[in-house]
This record gives sequence, C-alpha cells and structure tokens, in this order.
Amino acid sequence: MLPLLMASGALSSTLSAQDAGATLDSVATAASDAAFRTDNLWILIAAALVFIMHLGFATVESGLGQSKNTVNILFKNTFIICMGIVVYAAWGFNSMYPGDGNGFFAMGAPISNALNAGGDDLMTSSYADYTYWADFIFQAMFAATAATIVSGAVAERIKLGSFMVGATLLVTFIYPISGYWKWGGGWLDAMGFYDFAGSTLVHAFGGFAALAAVLVLGPRKGKYLPGGKIKPVLGHSMPLVAIGVFLLILGWFGFNGGSVLSADPALVSLVFVTTMIAACGGGLASMFTSWIVLKKPDLSMSLNGILAGLVGITAGADQMGPWSALIVGFIAGVIVVFSVLFFDKIKIDDPVGAISVHGICGLWGTWAVGIFGIGGDYSIVTQLVGSLSVAALAFVTSFVIFIAVKAIMGLRVSEEEEVGGLDVGEHGQEAYPDFQGAH
Amino acid sequence: MKLVKAIIKPFKLEEVKEALSEIGVEGMTVTEVKGFGRQKGHTEIYRGSEYTVDFLPKVMLDVAVPDELVAKTIDAIKNAAKTGKIGDGKIFVLPIDEAVRIRTDEMGDSAI
Repeated sequence: MLPLLMASGALSSTLSAQDAGATLDSVATAASDAAFRTDNLWILIAAALVFIMHLGFATVESGLGQSKNTVNILFKNTFIICMGIVVYAAWGFNSMYPGDGNGFFAMGAPISNALNAGGDDLMTSSYADYTYWADFIFQAMFAATAATIVSGAVAERIKLGSFMVGATLLVTFIYPISGYWKWGGGWLDAMGFYDFAGSTLVHAFGGFAALAAVLVLGPRKGKYLPGGKIKPVLGHSMPLVAIGVFLLILGWFGFNGGSVLSADPALVSLVFVTTMIAACGGGLASMFTSWIVLKKPDLSMSLNGILAGLVGITAGADQMGPWSALIVGFIAGVIVVFSVLFFDKIKIDDPVGAISVHGICGLWGTWAVGIFGIGGDYSIVTQLVGSLSVAALAFVTSFVIFIAVKAIMGLRVSEEEEVGGLDVGEHGQEAYPDFQGAH
Repeated sequence: MKLVKAIIKPFKLEEVKEALSEIGVEGMTVTEVKGFGRQKGHTEIYRGSEYTVDFLPKVMLDVAVPDELVAKTIDAIKNAAKTGKIGDGKIFVLPIDEAVRIRTDEMGDSAI
C-alpha cells in the first residue's frame, strides 16, 4: 500500500491538478471494469457448475433405477438439458424477467440473435454485474434442473414421448411463471418473500410437479402388495448414486454461489460455507436417522440426506451463519428419511426420493429463512404463503398437464414393457449388453 | 465316463481346482449359480422395506472323468470344499453317454 501511495503522490506532484484528476478517474474506471470482469466471470463459472448437476442427476437417477431402464433414464436426462436451454431461450427468459408487468404472468419471447443481444449496454455494468448473456445462461441452467426433478420420480414406467411433452410444457410455460413471481419482481417479491437460490422456485416447484405426475401415473407394477407390504425395487448401481451426489455437491457451489449474482467476496464465501455445511448436516442426520429407525445405516438414504441439506439451505444460504446452516441441513436430513418412508406408506412410488428431497425439503428450506434468517426482515407467514403458492401452482398445472397427456397419448408403458424394461421397449437398446442381468 | 457335478461355496473354488489338479483332473467348467438347500437366507433392507434373500450365491463345477477316477474326484472335491458349516454344497455323479473332443474328433475316454 505504501509504495502505491508514494507513487501516486509522486505522480500528482509532477502533473497538473487536472491531469491528476483524469488519471485517478481512469484508475477508478479500470477498477470498476475489473470488478465487472470478475463478477461476470464468476457467473459464467457458476453456470458451468450448475450444468455439472445434470451429470449428478443422470447418475443418481440411473443408479437408483433398475439396469433394464438405464438407457431410458439417461435419454430423459439428455433430452431435458437439450430442451430446457432452448425453450428458456425461446420463451422462458423473457417470460420470467419481463422488466415490467402485472406481477403474475408475462408473455415470453425469444432472446435476441444479435452479438450484443440487441444493445451494447446489455454487455456492460449498466445492465448488471454481468452481461445479458451471462444472465441468460446462468438462469437457463436453473430452468433445466427444475425439469429433471420430475424425471426421477416418474422413472421406470412413464412413456418416453409423454414425459417429453409434459416436461417441455412445465419448463417452457410454468417454471417462468413462479420464477417471475419472485425473481422477476412479481407479487411474491413485492410481498417480501425470500428465496435466495430456489428452494421454492426450483426445488419445491420440481418436487410438487413430480408429486402430481406420480399421482396421475401410478406406482410401478408389483411395488405395493396387498396387505400394506412393500416390495423393494433395488437400484442397480450404488456407485453411480454416490458419484452423482458428490457431483451435485460440486454443482451446488455454482447453484448457490452464483445466486449471489456477483463475485462479492463476503457473500460468495459465506454461501460456500453455509452450502457445504448444510450438506454435511443433512448427510449426518440421514445416516443416524436411518440407522436408528431402520436398524441399519442406509447408503441411499444418507446420500438423499446430503441432497436434502443442500435443498434446505438453498433459500437462505446468504442469510444465516454456518451453525444455523448446519441445523437447517440437519433437520432436512431427518425430514427426508421420514418423508421417503411416508410416501411409500401411502403408496406414492418415487424411485429416487425426489418428492421428499426437493418438494418437502424445499418447503422446509424456505420456511427456515423465516426462522433462522438474520440478514433482513423475514416472516414465516410470508415464507409459508410464497412457498405454498408456488407448490400449488406446480402441483395443479402438472396434474392438468399429465391428465391431458394421459388422455391424448397415454402416460404409462404396457405391463409387458415395464417387466421387460424400457430400454428394450422404448429404445430397442440395452445399457449393459454384455451382462445377463437379473433386473 | 461320468460327469461329476459339484455345487460349492464360491470362495472354495480355487482350493477345489488345485485339489483336482493334484489327482490329475485338469479340465472343468464353472458356472455362477444361486441356490439353497437347508441353509436359510438372510434379510436385507432397501429404503425402509425389508425383503428376504433365499437364494445364496454358489459355484457349480462340472468335471468329466473316466470311471476309475470318480471316487478320487469325489474325495478331492469333498475335502477341499468342506468347511463344516451349513451350506457347504453337494456332489452329484451323472453317467455320460458320449464325449467328443471337437478339435481332434477323439471320442470316449480320450476325449476327456
């Protein structure tokens, strides 16, 4: 610091006052340029990290499914990322961020095809701490992750085409509506509702859309036997599930870290800590809860617990300290175990626990801001109203969409195909052609 | 010629193979199988639901031997595969009507 002061002191003494002012101005400009470059760069890196979550979803879902359905699960995940970004470009981004609006719904429109997105200052700090393109790609990655939550819950019995239609409608038209309500400056934002990175807008949205889809679709054949007995359908690869969850943790650094919407050192570093520690809390809680309740520590439940913790902290990662984050994650980890058991008990078949991890824990994470949030003024009532209205929107629209799809093109594969596996039935391909699998 | 078919615990395979080699039996076919006799299965739990696994992994050995070697083959397998605990397995002896060595067209004892 001292040499710099001496140098600038020496500089100003050799220049006239006007020249010195102009030089210090250009230093200030250079500094804010550097800040813009850093903020923008971080948003782009965060977008790439959120993309990694798709690797996580693909492996978690296929690992928890049977080997005979692996190609189908991977195909759905491949479709979702390809579709999600494109529909968000074609409609969603503008529908979610209309600038002005009635607070409830805004028409979508395609993004610009120009190099500068239609305006030079869209590429400068007059737009935001990042360019229009960075804004778009970061938000587009979020939209795609909301769709993939549904794909896990409906796995192993949904018709491929029906899923593609339903998911496309949900991501294109419905996701931007609730996104607008809060992040686009709509009525929830006006009410003071807070959802830092999407416990409600992404996770509860996806979880409750999934719940509706599963209700219309029905459980896998033979899963629920008469007399209340449940026949477990074993996932075919625990290594894939574990790898997937660790990839999701990695991606979450971008999901939450990027939601600061700048490279603010204090906030981003806080969010890294709260995010990770909530994951730990969730994992530990699920490990011990499953150990106590089920007599054995269940790996898949423990991994679900990590995700539950992450979903739980996503609404308020920047609004609480690490110990509160740990508690929020821990409670999510306990909730998710009981939730998975509960949904099975009431015969709602969710092969990956998506409804519990994203739907239920998404609600919890949102409410937790009202309990533990110290960065501002939060009310549990507002958090309740906001989270439940988004959950209701997702549930009702998903229900209607899948009922319509069922009526028009059918929703479920035939019983024969379900038994033989969707890989052969829908794709004419096998995931593991060299192995004579039992499943 | 007889086909000696043995169902043994999988970790005993290497020992049995060496015991057979010592009495001059070199060729065999091995299959991974599942089964149970009087050995009970065990309970597993997946995401909160319990289920019993009755079928236990075993290894099935097929060895074709000339009649003179049958008794020694049975003894070799039995002694190598025995642990004394339940689930050690079984040995069956089946008659072979004919045997052919594909490469050389040899038949009968010289084929095995």
